[in-house]
Amino acid sequence: MTTAAAAQPGFLARRHRSYYLFIVPALVVVGAVIIFPWLFTAWMSAFDWKIGTAAHFVGFDNYTGLATNQRFLESIVHTFYFTALAVVVPLILGLVAALIFHREFPFRGVLRGVFTMPMMATPVAVALVWTMMFHPQQGVLNYLLSIVGLPPSLWVYSPTWVIPSLVLVEIWHWTPLVMLIVLGGLAALPTEPYESARLDGASEWQLFRYITLPLVAPFLVVAAVIRTIDALKAFDTIYVISQGGPGTASETINIYLYLQAFAFYNVGNASAVVVVFFVIILALALLLLYVRQRAKWTG
Amino acid sequence: MSTAALPMAARAGRARLRRRLRKIAFALSVAVIVSPAILVFFWMLSLSLKNEIDNLAYPPVFIPDPPTLRNFVQVFAENSMGLYFWNSIVVSGFATLIALAVGIPAGYGIARAQAHKLTVLVLIARMTPALSYLIPLFMVFQFLGLNNTLTALVITHLVITVPIVVYIMAGHFETLPKELEEACQIDGGSVWTSFRYVALPLARPGIVVGTILAFIFSWNNFVFGAVLAGRATRTLPAAVYNVLTFEQLAWGPLAAAALVVTVPVLLLTIVIQKEIVVGLTHGGVKA
Repeated sequence: MTTAAAAQPGFLARRHRSYYLFIVPALVVVGAVIIFPWLFTAWMSAFDWKIGTAAHFVGFDNYTGLATNQRFLESIVHTFYFTALAVVVPLILGLVAALIFHREFPFRGVLRGVFTMPMMATPVAVALVWTMMFHPQQGVLNYLLSIVGLPPSLWVYSPTWVIPSLVLVEIWHWTPLVMLIVLGGLAALPTEPYESARLDGASEWQLFRYITLPLVAPFLVVAAVIRTIDALKAFDTIYVISQGGPGTASETINIYLYLQAFAFYNVGNASAVVVVFFVIILALALLLLYVRQRAKWTG
Repeated sequence: MSTAALPMAARAGRARLRRRLRKIAFALSVAVIVSPAILVFFWMLSLSLKNEIDNLAYPPVFIPDPPTLRNFVQVFAENSMGLYFWNSIVVSGFATLIALAVGIPAGYGIARAQAHKLTVLVLIARMTPALSYLIPLFMVFQFLGLNNTLTALVITHLVITVPIVVYIMAGHFETLPKELEEACQIDGGSVWTSFRYVALPLARPGIVVGTILAFIFSWNNFVFGAVLAGRATRTLPAAVYNVLTFEQLAWGPLAAAALVVTVPVLLLTIVIQKEIVVGLTHGGVKA
């Protein structure tokens, strides 16, 4: 008995070690294509380095340069503006859509399938179609506006409207994901609180406000985290539709970064931008996760 | 008697009317939320099947009359869409295969060794902007003379495919009962045997989901191809973008090209409807 008990931990430890061997090949790949680039980026950010020229060590100069770089600072503002809209609107619309699809109605499955189609569509293809729809003269959007009696818009050709227009694409693309996350939450809701609240004469609005909303709140926070990360990193649709223009009106951090690296080949500076950008994403994600943690404690 | 029945009938009628109005309002709201998806995809299809005159007409022509396949013929003949389609299949195919080869065992190892801390890597990888991989890898490929090759693209696409496969497989092996493997090991089988002959066959559904998601995410990627590929090695999204820059107003061929990229993805999506959310939130937080 005692020998068996003594042998057990050793046996388990040996087995655990062999399980770790299964992870080694993936770790090698991850080390080469994910971790090495992170380290190399951090290292490059300390150099004044243009592709094709010699690199000069400059320490933190790239970072201090960014702090006073008007164009970079504006790109942060654009990114936050874009992200705020591209998180809040899909959250609201996704919640509404989830409440609708949570009900039983004819063709629900098919219609849900259609509603979620945008989510997987290739972003570049989506961006191309929207580019054509946004066209001020021949675009179908201005035609639709004219049908309902609204004046035409310049859409992405107007410095004021370019970011809201790009957000429109983002809303179209990603509201389905929010809907599916919230729908998963609704499916897990208990029925008892509704029954007793109904007996007490609660209205539909009260049911939603005091039972449904608090119960799906954790799922909304999950959706908010995902949406925030993705909106901050949005690149394909912005690059294809506006290239950051007109002028720099829709230049987000990611677009600025791309231009620094692959239009001006300024890899030292671009690497510093990557590091700052990553810190921003990490900070916002952690902030939202902290909110989620607190919501869980109180709820 | 009759005077009392009348208001009751009227009330019942009003309730029925209210129910019907509510039903109509609900149907309308369903129509409103579904229509943007239909409009954009319909418009993509419509543009791709019309001739250039109808595509530039105002007010817009909605139904192609007569429909033409000329745009598709043009993108395949003049923009070598066939070559780019093949490039995309090669790049996404190999990136997915390599990810499966290293990711399935890794998922198994993580699930059985309870090494959940490793999935934090997946989360961080998901948060990292793609360009933080692209710049260093671009420099390395330049040094190795690999820029403009499909090999460089396959390597870069591992950034997308490996984390998703590891994440899906770790989650899937987690749900498989350990008892069968333990029985196999007590009978003298090695850890490898119990993985190969017990766990792996049971994991087939997870492998299907992981494969499709990895393939779709790789297929949809634009920026890696846009930066690393040369004229002959472009993947489809990068090639389609190039059609835009060189033929600003050829809407028919553009829409046809956009359709050629998207349709394979939409078809694959139908196969794994339910697991898509897990894929898209991967590394994020479990709902």
